[in-house]
Amino acid sequence: MRHYLSLILYLAVCLLIVVTFQQNWLNPYIQIVMMFIGINVMLSSSLNLINGYMGEFSCGHAGFMAVGAYAASLLNMGLFTTTSVFGHSIFIGPRYAVFLFPVTLIIAGVAAALVGLLVAIPSFKTRGDYLAIITLAVNYIVKSSIENIQVIGGARGFMGMRQVVTAMTDMIDIPWLMIWILAFIGISIVALKRFVGSTYGKGVIAIRDDEIAAEIMSVNTQRVKLIAFMLSSGIAGIAGGLFAHVLGYINPGTFTIMKSTEIMVMVYLGGMGSLSGSVMSAILFTVMLEFLRPLQLFKWVLIPLLLIVLMLFRPEGLMGNRELTDVFPRLRRLFSSREY
Amino acid sequence: MDIQSFFQDVLNAFQWGSFYALIALGYTLVYGVLLLINFAHGDIFMVGAYIGFFVATFLLGTYAVHLPFHLPHLVIFVLTLVITMILTAGVGVTLERVAYRPLRRKGAGRLYIVITALMAGLILENGNLALLGASRKAFPTLIHDTVYTVAGVSFTNIRIVVILAALAVFLFLETIVRKTKIGMAMRAISFDRVAVPLMGIPIDTVIVFTFILGSSMAALAGVLFVSAYPVLEPYMGAMIGWKAFIAAVVGGIGDIRGAFIGGFLLGFIEIFVAAVFPSTFRDLISFGILLIFLSLKPTGIFGVARAQKI
Amino acid sequence: MPLLEFKQINHFFGGLQAVHNFNLTLESGELIGLIGPNGAGKTTIFNLMSGFYKPTQGDILFQENSITHLKPHQVTALGLARTFQNIRMWNSMTVLENLCISQHYRMGYSFMDAIFSTKTYHENEKAVVNLAMEILDILGLSSAANEYPKNLPYGLQRRVEIGRALTIKPSLLLLDEPAAGMNPSDIDKLIELIRWIRERFHLTIWLIEHQMKVVMSLCERLCVLDFGQIIAEGSPSDVKNNPRVISAYLGDEGADDAEN
Repeated sequence: MRHYLSLILYLAVCLLIVVTFQQNWLNPYIQIVMMFIGINVMLSSSLNLINGYMGEFSCGHAGFMAVGAYAASLLNMGLFTTTSVFGHSIFIGPRYAVFLFPVTLIIAGVAAALVGLLVAIPSFKTRGDYLAIITLAVNYIVKSSIENIQVIGGARGFMGMRQVVTAMTDMIDIPWLMIWILAFIGISIVALKRFVGSTYGKGVIAIRDDEIAAEIMSVNTQRVKLIAFMLSSGIAGIAGGLFAHVLGYINPGTFTIMKSTEIMVMVYLGGMGSLSGSVMSAILFTVMLEFLRPLQLFKWVLIPLLLIVLMLFRPEGLMGNRELTDVFPRLRRLFSSREY
Repeated sequence: MDIQSFFQDVLNAFQWGSFYALIALGYTLVYGVLLLINFAHGDIFMVGAYIGFFVATFLLGTYAVHLPFHLPHLVIFVLTLVITMILTAGVGVTLERVAYRPLRRKGAGRLYIVITALMAGLILENGNLALLGASRKAFPTLIHDTVYTVAGVSFTNIRIVVILAALAVFLFLETIVRKTKIGMAMRAISFDRVAVPLMGIPIDTVIVFTFILGSSMAALAGVLFVSAYPVLEPYMGAMIGWKAFIAAVVGGIGDIRGAFIGGFLLGFIEIFVAAVFPSTFRDLISFGILLIFLSLKPTGIFGVARAQKI
Repeated sequence: MPLLEFKQINHFFGGLQAVHNFNLTLESGELIGLIGPNGAGKTTIFNLMSGFYKPTQGDILFQENSITHLKPHQVTALGLARTFQNIRMWNSMTVLENLCISQHYRMGYSFMDAIFSTKTYHENEKAVVNLAMEILDILGLSSAANEYPKNLPYGLQRRVEIGRALTIKPSLLLLDEPAAGMNPSDIDKLIELIRWIRERFHLTIWLIEHQMKVVMSLCERLCVLDFGQIIAEGSPSDVKNNPRVISAYLGDEGADDAEN
């Protein structure tokens, strides 16, 4: 029973959120902010795998998000609406949207993971600053490629994802997007937590601490890096797919280095190598962004400044590399994972 | 492609290569000394261009105050260059003092300094945007375009100035780094930052000097750039900064010759790619080159791999 | 059947020849020492064996299979474990975690098993932790299992590093200057430990060491390296009196003095 406590608690929270959405107790603005919080939780925790646990400095996470966003949108528009670039070729009708939506999201994640190979393969030979540049280059390459494909809107962007959401709510009228966001948060956090908690996944931390020792002490560093980068970019892709459907409109300009920076700020704010830190900082940061909205342009002076101050006075972030259960050991009794 | 447009392209490539090279120098100098990628450098270039704009319009008497005298345009141009270089060097040094040095003193990891650099760049960009607004500014014409045509290839005087300036800077910096005492100190610091202060070399002075050199070269590039393409906007430094950075990496970051060769190489590739592909592919191809280059030879053309010891 | 064979190994760093025609055969169960002045190429030999460097020429055979072109983790997986000259533990993880991760090559599950928390995953994880605890027990380190390596005294850190190498279940253990930076009483303990683990795990051990006390009391055979070349080989007492060894260590005058 105790083993499932965290799951039950999470489901209860989800249920509560879904009911408030269903009953429209919150105004639409707050609902959208909550959805962005969820997406940011996925983004920051997946980036933490690379920037925190592996100790690399990936600053192109928005690129993978873009791949996922475009893949999911194109696929969904093609399957469930007739207004897309595919015309009727893959159209199967709006009534399947309810069932196939998560599948298309996972396909989007796989697409993003494949683009993640562009970073993973150079990472075998390169690391540190140079790898950071590669991630950045990949971010630009993704953005620039999308801009050059006129069929999907080029630099103007791509819209109509609302129709997909409508197709789902027409079938059963519940807040589908929020439900899928909550579901995928759960899946990605559990996946990440189990991965870094397993001896296999701790190879990632071994690479951060001492890569040469890791390779010589039988860790297949290339495979571990491959898995870590693909897992991280895959989750970013799924988050991107959800993001596209929340917004209903995407253009390449959304997925710039600024967006990547936002995700980075969340990771470093929460603490490198702390999943609970990433979750908390994603919530905190998204809410803060909304409060700073009246500042308009100065917001983007303030956020970098915040990070500089953080680097100077508390470089380890809110949580350091500890989890909530380390800070409050009592929690561990409640949420004990199996110990050997 | 006929021979004339080919030479036209070559000249064009040299001009862009000069801009890239001048900015790439700043990256390479700082990296050579501190092993820090100063991601804010592209924005220093932008700041340089803006400072140049204000200085030039002030000297022309079209900004803020009306000067009681009129200077010839050539004098204004030279004065603008000098004043801008000094002021921008001040910005660079301030950045070093305020953002990087405290972290260095605390012995923070390089990662933290790199993040700080990236953030400092964003602050410069967005601070400028917030303070001056998104409207573009036009740089006043100080040197009138004179077009020379030799054998069907036409070029302007500004273009010649840009290329000559880059070459002069190259010779100047090579001399400083190879022949002077402070240049030797710069090279020494990159080898061993712990031992150098013990040998009585004032490490902070050398670092400040490096930032002065890098920032003033970026300012030079900034003023020359807006003389050739007289439009100023806050994000002008971002893309050209990244490109210059690619040039520095391709040439082998930390090496002055590398910055120049990389700059010209990138200039040529971009111009000739644009001759074949649509111009929207330019960024794509530049970053593609970077990706391939870094995957195959991360140390660049002149760079030397640091041996890992077990 | 020889356990390890170096066949005509030459290795260059750029234009510098670091290893020169190196030939050596190791029989199972030997305890052999590799000595030589600083910069003689001793660690290079170990790095070639680990697969960290690829030899410019020549072939290395381990249990009669070529390991020359294998990656380091593949070489280790064959049962060739090592320690490092400067201790290289993963310092952000506990001693126990360190000893688990080094068993990576026989982790019998994929990352999908970890994510879906399958039965295979739990069984394997249990086996990994059990072996790590067993080795910590044997080395008398079980109380340090949850400590961070860098918080342990230097002598214990060395012990933990040897423990980590033992989790590989090696048939050949390479020790790169195990006594470096140790005080005399630590060194005595280390000599005991090496002797003891050799019996306990039926190991072949090859060590690089500068401390003559360690070399002389442990090794059955010594191999002296200078400028990447073997200049002497034999029992410790033979090597000790070899004039070429003395001149390599002390210069030519030293050799003259020794002869007189």
